[in-house]
Amino acid sequence: MFPRPIQAASQPAQWLYTLALPVALLVWLFPLLGVALTSLRPASDLAQGNYFGMPSGIAWENYAYIFTQTPIGQYMVNSLWVTVPTVIGAVALSLMTGFALAVYGFRGNILIFFLFVAGNFVPFQILMVPVRDMTLQLGMYDTWYGLALFHIAFQTGFCTLFMRNFIRALPFELIEAARVEGVAEWRIFWFIVLPLMRPAIAALSVLVFTFIWNDFFWATVLTQGVDSQPITAGLSSLNGQWIAQWHLVSAGSIVAALPPVLMFFAMQRHFIAGLTLGAVK
Amino acid sequence: MAQATDIGAAVPLRRSGRWNQRTFAPWLFLAPGLLMFAIYVLWPIVQSVTLSFYDWNGLYNRDGAFTGTFVGLANYRELMVDPAFETSLWNNLKWLVLYMLALPAGLFIAIFLNQTVRGIRLYKSLFFFPFVISQVVVGLIFAWFYAPNFGLFYLLTENVFGQGTAILADPNLVTYGIIAAGLWPQIAYVMILYLTGLNNVAPDQIEAARLDGARGWRMLWYVVLPQLRPATFIAVIVTVIGALRSFDLVSIMTSGGPFGSSRVLSYYMFEMALGEFGFRMGYGAAIAVVLFAIMMVFISGFIWKMWRDERER
Repeated sequence: MFPRPIQAASQPAQWLYTLALPVALLVWLFPLLGVALTSLRPASDLAQGNYFGMPSGIAWENYAYIFTQTPIGQYMVNSLWVTVPTVIGAVALSLMTGFALAVYGFRGNILIFFLFVAGNFVPFQILMVPVRDMTLQLGMYDTWYGLALFHIAFQTGFCTLFMRNFIRALPFELIEAARVEGVAEWRIFWFIVLPLMRPAIAALSVLVFTFIWNDFFWATVLTQGVDSQPITAGLSSLNGQWIAQWHLVSAGSIVAALPPVLMFFAMQRHFIAGLTLGAVK
Repeated sequence: MAQATDIGAAVPLRRSGRWNQRTFAPWLFLAPGLLMFAIYVLWPIVQSVTLSFYDWNGLYNRDGAFTGTFVGLANYRELMVDPAFETSLWNNLKWLVLYMLALPAGLFIAIFLNQTVRGIRLYKSLFFFPFVISQVVVGLIFAWFYAPNFGLFYLLTENVFGQGTAILADPNLVTYGIIAAGLWPQIAYVMILYLTGLNNVAPDQIEAARLDGARGWRMLWYVVLPQLRPATFIAVIVTVIGALRSFDLVSIMTSGGPFGSSRVLSYYMFEMALGEFGFRMGYGAAIAVVLFAIMMVFISGFIWKMWRDERER
């Protein structure tokens, strides 16, 4: 193990390590903690310049305010409407593409695979004008499905990379045996491969959920109104209205950050398994 | 792929229908995903490149005809003398170089956290936290951190230098301020990659090196880092992409200001095509093509390595 286990170090070094951990964490998350505390600070404190002193009370009303006086609830719902279909769509499509690329040796296999991988890395700006134009032409501008369709297509690139590598690591004898038995290809997919894909599906679902929930660029390009803007774009426009009302900005930020954070803590192992794909030989 | 073909040959073909099925099945499985990907990703790249030779305001005639005019290389020629483009390009370079700090920083934190003490899992998760949060929120958090007069950073500089620095209002410093905000989640990402890598370092090699007297830096450099190469490779790729995709933070924290000094290519392209400067789609597309070309260098490297790994298998 590297570094040497701290248990092998001297007693003072161990104490130092135990002390350093929370201190380092505090420093690391300092900006976030500051915002979390500000979100619970009464507006009057900020007005009097009491930014970091003892708050005069805990202002849950900041949260009540943003939910009752601003459309932040609607933005959250819009985000769900984009995120959930994208997760389902991208995972479903990539299960199939991943299966096709992992199991069959046909001409062009590797080329198609590399197209998916490369497409996944292109800068969004090279897609922006044509995708926006196409979405407008199809009458899907400023709708949740216009945004979700693009996300499904784009995420399929990353998801295909993941699924294909996952399926290739499965024991191929299973498929071989089924073929000898004369099982149809789609049945092999459905009854043999799919049940083994649960960990991959879980990992990709949490990852895609987080990516899409946090997407700001496409939300800005493909939506504009309260009725369809996701939370990221909504928060940005609210920020424009709440100039320097930091208690509201902070509360809004915390609310917007919460769903992916909860998702992460609920499905941590899957999340990290998905993210560190390829980091180990 | 070799594996699949070998097995295909080994299994006796019982009926010709079976063979047909195996020829068509991959294409049927590929069709929906590949079609979506072609429509929304591959084709738009071609369209953008084409569009970069046109002057177009994004509108159509009443009868639906395209209103752009072909201008050849005029958009690119204009880019060469556009000071805002030059600023964006320089800033992108700064992003690229400084973003690489995420690698040593992430490795450092990973080594710091790679212990088995009580509660370490929770510590690892909490250190990873910034990556899970939207960049919009990260931008707002750092805008608050940097805010003039009461922001923590401002107060800190005021205490140290006697005069506070409003970093987001200073044309010379603003880009560094935004990059620092971007590094926060990026370091968290690199850290998790290295933590996974460290978990898989061969213990016997470490022990052997230890017996040979390797310690500290020498151990890290000669024994551990070579084993972390896959993690380092992924970390470089995601960091480069992160640096070149830097749109959200610039948009949230400064909108490219003050005086356009924090623009990057991704943001400048957006400004030109959809921003207040009018709908210059062709010019925007030309900027996007430049960004795409820069990215392509790294994408090709990645594909090349994947290709090599595939053939080794």
